[in-house]
Amino acid sequence: MLDIVWLVLFFPLLGVVVNGLFGRLLKKKVIDIVSCGAVGASFLFSLAVFYHLLKLPAKERVFEKVLFPWIVSGDFKSFVALLIDPLSSVMILMVSGVSFLIHIYSAGYMAGDRGYSRYFAYLNLFTFSMLLLILANNYLLMYIGWEAVGLCSYLLIGFWYEKKSASDAGKKAFIVNRIGDFGFALGIILIYATFKDLNFTSVFQEAPALLSSGDMTVTLITLLLFLGAVGKSAQIPLYVWLPDAMEGPTPVSALIHAATMVTAGVYMVARSSILYSLAPLSMNVVMVIGGATAIYAASIALVQTDIKKVLAYSTISQLGYMFLALGVGAYAAGIFHLLTHAFFKALLFLAAGSVIHSLSGEQDMTKMGGLKGLMPKTYGTFVVAALALGGIFPFAGFFSKDQILWNVFIQGNFVFWTLGVAAAFMTAFYIFRLIFLTFHGESRVEEEKRAHVHESPNVIVLPLLILALLSIVAGLVGIPGEGMNLIDQFLSPVFKSSAVLAESNAHHGSMALEISLMLISLSIAVLGIFIAFLFYVKKTAWPLRLKEKHSFFYRVLFNKYYIDEFYDFVIVKPIKKMSLFLWKGFDLLIIDGLVNYIASFVRMRSETYQRLQTGYIRNYALYVVIGTVFIMAYFFLK
Amino acid sequence: MISLNYYLLLSAVLFSIGVLGVLIKRNAIIMIMCIELMLNAVNLSFVALARYQNLMDGQIVVFFVMTVAAAEVAVGLAIVVAMFRLKQTEDVDEINLMKW
Repeated sequence: MLDIVWLVLFFPLLGVVVNGLFGRLLKKKVIDIVSCGAVGASFLFSLAVFYHLLKLPAKERVFEKVLFPWIVSGDFKSFVALLIDPLSSVMILMVSGVSFLIHIYSAGYMAGDRGYSRYFAYLNLFTFSMLLLILANNYLLMYIGWEAVGLCSYLLIGFWYEKKSASDAGKKAFIVNRIGDFGFALGIILIYATFKDLNFTSVFQEAPALLSSGDMTVTLITLLLFLGAVGKSAQIPLYVWLPDAMEGPTPVSALIHAATMVTAGVYMVARSSILYSLAPLSMNVVMVIGGATAIYAASIALVQTDIKKVLAYSTISQLGYMFLALGVGAYAAGIFHLLTHAFFKALLFLAAGSVIHSLSGEQDMTKMGGLKGLMPKTYGTFVVAALALGGIFPFAGFFSKDQILWNVFIQGNFVFWTLGVAAAFMTAFYIFRLIFLTFHGESRVEEEKRAHVHESPNVIVLPLLILALLSIVAGLVGIPGEGMNLIDQFLSPVFKSSAVLAESNAHHGSMALEISLMLISLSIAVLGIFIAFLFYVKKTAWPLRLKEKHSFFYRVLFNKYYIDEFYDFVIVKPIKKMSLFLWKGFDLLIIDGLVNYIASFVRMRSETYQRLQTGYIRNYALYVVIGTVFIMAYFFLK
Repeated sequence: MISLNYYLLLSAVLFSIGVLGVLIKRNAIIMIMCIELMLNAVNLSFVALARYQNLMDGQIVVFFVMTVAAAEVAVGLAIVVAMFRLKQTEDVDEINLMKW
């Protein structure tokens, strides 16, 4: 029955073909049905796969389906083959589900756009590629999906390509991702050189025997793979593309740059967990980068005024949490946070999109405010998502975030636990700052836009409600405690061998300690919300005074630590300068000069002899005769 | 039996007439005829040598030469006709555009 898994991939691909080739000829309704139907069908088959996997005993929940041989060349064999296990099954469920909701939302949000069919063709292609990335059973096929989602990301960020900033952002995303992808590709090559195989199952089986813990090779492999993850999942130092990616349509930000694609790096690291468990150094790198990104991005989000930028930095910060979890070996906790985050962050973006939509494209929070009564459904779902993101009991984010912090704590990483809690405080603060600025207080909406502020149509509100429901209940699959943590139990077979390898995972804390830690982070989150309430509802003068008092810090945060400027100065400018030199100095002067010199030399020399070409046939005949005579004379006189 | 030298001498004389014709004459048709003459002079020496040595090879080569010569004349005359249509002349000195 699990054989049908290929259908999960087939339907979105069909959607791409229909919308991509014939989209211009089709009516909007038909495009809606094809694209949403394709992803909907994919979701239904994902559900079926998940259900059948769940019926199997825990130990047998691995299934590989070879579709067809792809590259067969000498010893090298690569198949287009799919791997179903607990990890990939929950991932396809999340991706196809969230994607389906966002497709429906898009049908409302993008209505009337000139590139309607192009948009849905891209969106379907993205869904297909992401599912391929997840379902691949070897690194090479995963790399194809990996590159294809990067391509879709580029296409959709630059969807409104007439806008210079949008096409620039698309290029930036693509180029920054290339740096990471280069590392990933090198990692894959190194894996092949080491194992003579790219298949997940065989690589992971051979790894513990072939490589000892802390080996140079495995450390290098994992660091290279992590470089890929850093690029795709927007971690320090390659995160700079994600905030700019908000130039794309908002549903795209929700689907690709918040819920699914950016988690590909987390998924890939979790998938390679055995290799990471063999490389303690790489684990530490993952942990440090994840933890640093979590607090770094959260601090930037504190002062941004663009509603989507706040959410973008929030996404980077939350991805940092996931890597922090992976870095301490809590793979299941990382994936759990990935899933809950997908729901509430998609919801945040979609609700923000609903606000932007009704304000005719306004994204600046200083020009919002007082929308609570005008958009009650959007407001309600936004608050649910914010509570989930802020980590308030019993919303989804509470359980997943605390599982991560708990795992960090019992590993003895108190520094990173503190960082995580501080980031949680900032998270609660900035997300409620966003809510208070957008929905509460007096309306600062511009006059001409104020008239058409309205609640969004049902096609937009419905996905919000479903995601809100999921944001409330999704955490319940991961309640800590013996026999309660369903997600951990379900995923544990995938990570079992890596858990065995990393003996340090044997730490166990008492339930009481866990609950008290939960209370600490919960109260810190509530404190963050309270301060946001104080700053932006009660004493609205305070933030301004704080801003003036510490204007240096404010400017640094507001300008995102000047990292974009720094990269521009250190990397982009020198490269441009060098390219200019190579063009003017080397290409034009030396390469072209050499060719032109040879040509003009030949022309100069030939001026003497070109007189021989008179155009008279008899002259030519004479040359032939003279030549013949000379040849004959040579033979006679020799 | 006439000795071989006479044949070769005749062949050489004919060939020289042909060469001179090509070099001196301006009329395209006469030039083509002179080329034919040269070819046939060579044919003659081929045949004579083949007979003298009792070998067939030389005679066979002559057939090839005659075939090629026929084809060459066909192309050559076609060019002359085209040339005449264009310039109303057969004088090859009139056709001297292809030069530096």
